[in-house]
Amino acid sequence: MIQELVVISGKGGTGKTSVAASFAVLAERPVIADSDVDAADLHLVLAPRTTARHEFRGGHQAVIRQADCVGCGECLAHCRFGAVRMAGEGGEARFFIDLLSCEGCGVCVRRCPASAIDFPERVCGEWMVSETRCGPMVHARLGVAAENSGKLVSIVRREARRIAEEDGHPLVIVDGPPGIGCPVIASVTGASSVLVVTEPTVSGEHDMERVLALARHFAIPAAVCVNKWDINGEMTERIENKARRAGVRVAGRIRYDRAVTLAQMQERAVVETDADAARDIRDIWERLNERRYR
Amino acid sequence: MILGIASGKGGTGKTTVAANLARAYGSPAQLLDCDVEEPNDHLFLRGPVREQEIITIPVPQVDASLCDACGECSRFCQYSAIVSLRTTPIVFPELCHGCGGCALVCPQGAIGETERRIGVVETVESENVTLMQGRLDVGVALAPPLIRAAKARMRRETPAIVDAPPGTSCPVIAALRGTDFVALVTEPTPFGLHDLTLAVDMVRELRIPFGVVVNRVGIGDDRVHGYCAAEKIPVLLEIPDDRRIAEAYSVGSLIVDALPEYRGLFMSLIEKTMKLKCAEIGVSAGGYDENQA
Repeated sequence: MIQELVVISGKGGTGKTSVAASFAVLAERPVIADSDVDAADLHLVLAPRTTARHEFRGGHQAVIRQADCVGCGECLAHCRFGAVRMAGEGGEARFFIDLLSCEGCGVCVRRCPASAIDFPERVCGEWMVSETRCGPMVHARLGVAAENSGKLVSIVRREARRIAEEDGHPLVIVDGPPGIGCPVIASVTGASSVLVVTEPTVSGEHDMERVLALARHFAIPAAVCVNKWDINGEMTERIENKARRAGVRVAGRIRYDRAVTLAQMQERAVVETDADAARDIRDIWERLNERRYR
Repeated sequence: MILGIASGKGGTGKTTVAANLARAYGSPAQLLDCDVEEPNDHLFLRGPVREQEIITIPVPQVDASLCDACGECSRFCQYSAIVSLRTTPIVFPELCHGCGGCALVCPQGAIGETERRIGVVETVESENVTLMQGRLDVGVALAPPLIRAAKARMRRETPAIVDAPPGTSCPVIAALRGTDFVALVTEPTPFGLHDLTLAVDMVRELRIPFGVVVNRVGIGDDRVHGYCAAEKIPVLLEIPDDRRIAEAYSVGSLIVDALPEYRGLFMSLIEKTMKLKCAEIGVSAGGYDENQA
């Protein structure tokens, strides 16, 4: 069965992408997926050559045809997302839909007595299938200020799994988004396991606890690693103890190493350099695999 | 003045900037923690929780005795949150956006609404700062309604800082709507630069004046500075890469308390944003009223 490992963090900027890129290099014939669709960075390291692009249609958007609008304000009265703007007053009032606030529910379209509101499909971004030096990669770009990142994440993961199944890849590595909301839920549901990359700070600790609660909520086995652990050794132990008490495996520690940023600037994965941190990441990878194939 | 703090990339220092800035005001200031998935400002601005309010969204409740299984609700719903297969519909509250459309279209009047809890908004008093933070319940997908609820508690007469979540999608938009000026926090690395360009596209789309804060200056290269110069984006503040800052952060200390020599830096950010905002008045952000948060 195909394994799917999702790298998440709760807190942003803890090193998910650096870890995921290194795993992509270390893994045998993986498929790689970047599900941080609003701020994808993995392509900056893996330099994908895109072989196919697809539009992402994420629902609909309401558009008022001004020529047919009678200015009654029904749309404004019934929109629960504050997406209808009014210009002018009384009989002169005109109404507009603010596309950035419109959630595409269709209530205004239905309420409009003049049938003056169109409801076209909305292109919210694109997703790509690419080749990298580590294997095939599926990634995406959500449109600026667009909706529906969860749906786009689901597409990215589905395509990555499809490629893995068709071409016999044993593993999908997913570089996940920060947080615990919609795109994270879409990234982890049904995955084989998650690795939480955190940092030894009060924020790292707090956010790890919430993201582990999320993994528990969806019954996904989790492991934790602490990046830049030597910024605060005491906090690292506290975090590791909390993880163990929550029944979560501690997969290892990555030291603070300026060579990690240097690798990023050279568009290389950390394990493609001779950085000290590369050894730490290799150890974590081996520890994760002991468990997976046992 | 409402100042938004945002970034495309996570972990660039939004919380550091927002919390230190709020404290640096000295006089009463509000801080809205709109990173409701992972609110962190309370770890730095500690104090008693004065108030906790449960936030809900309306979700459909079907009265099976009135339903004739016509399926109109199911056809109308854009989110597949109410599904009827020639049966009384099944509701999936976790997919529901709370638009009220299903109740609207039900010919039998069989759909009412019930409240579903999505999280809480807490008010914390920490010296000069009133911190209002949204905290999304674990397992809930929809952050924007909670962000709007937190922002609804903002008082217009007191300066406010809005700490936005990372990224560029709907929760960020919900947080930044109605702010007067946005500071985009980044770091001088390829990831930082790439995600900054996405965040710049976003605030331009929102038509809010903005500038950039570069954090950890010294860890990478000068591509972020080059980009800002080329795009004529003001660099509001540079925070050096200082291990002491990272150590203070790790234990939940504010920089302005632990390393007073940096206090002037944050004061200067307040002054610069005020000046830039004044210079912008009448030229940008037109067309949007301010009650739309």
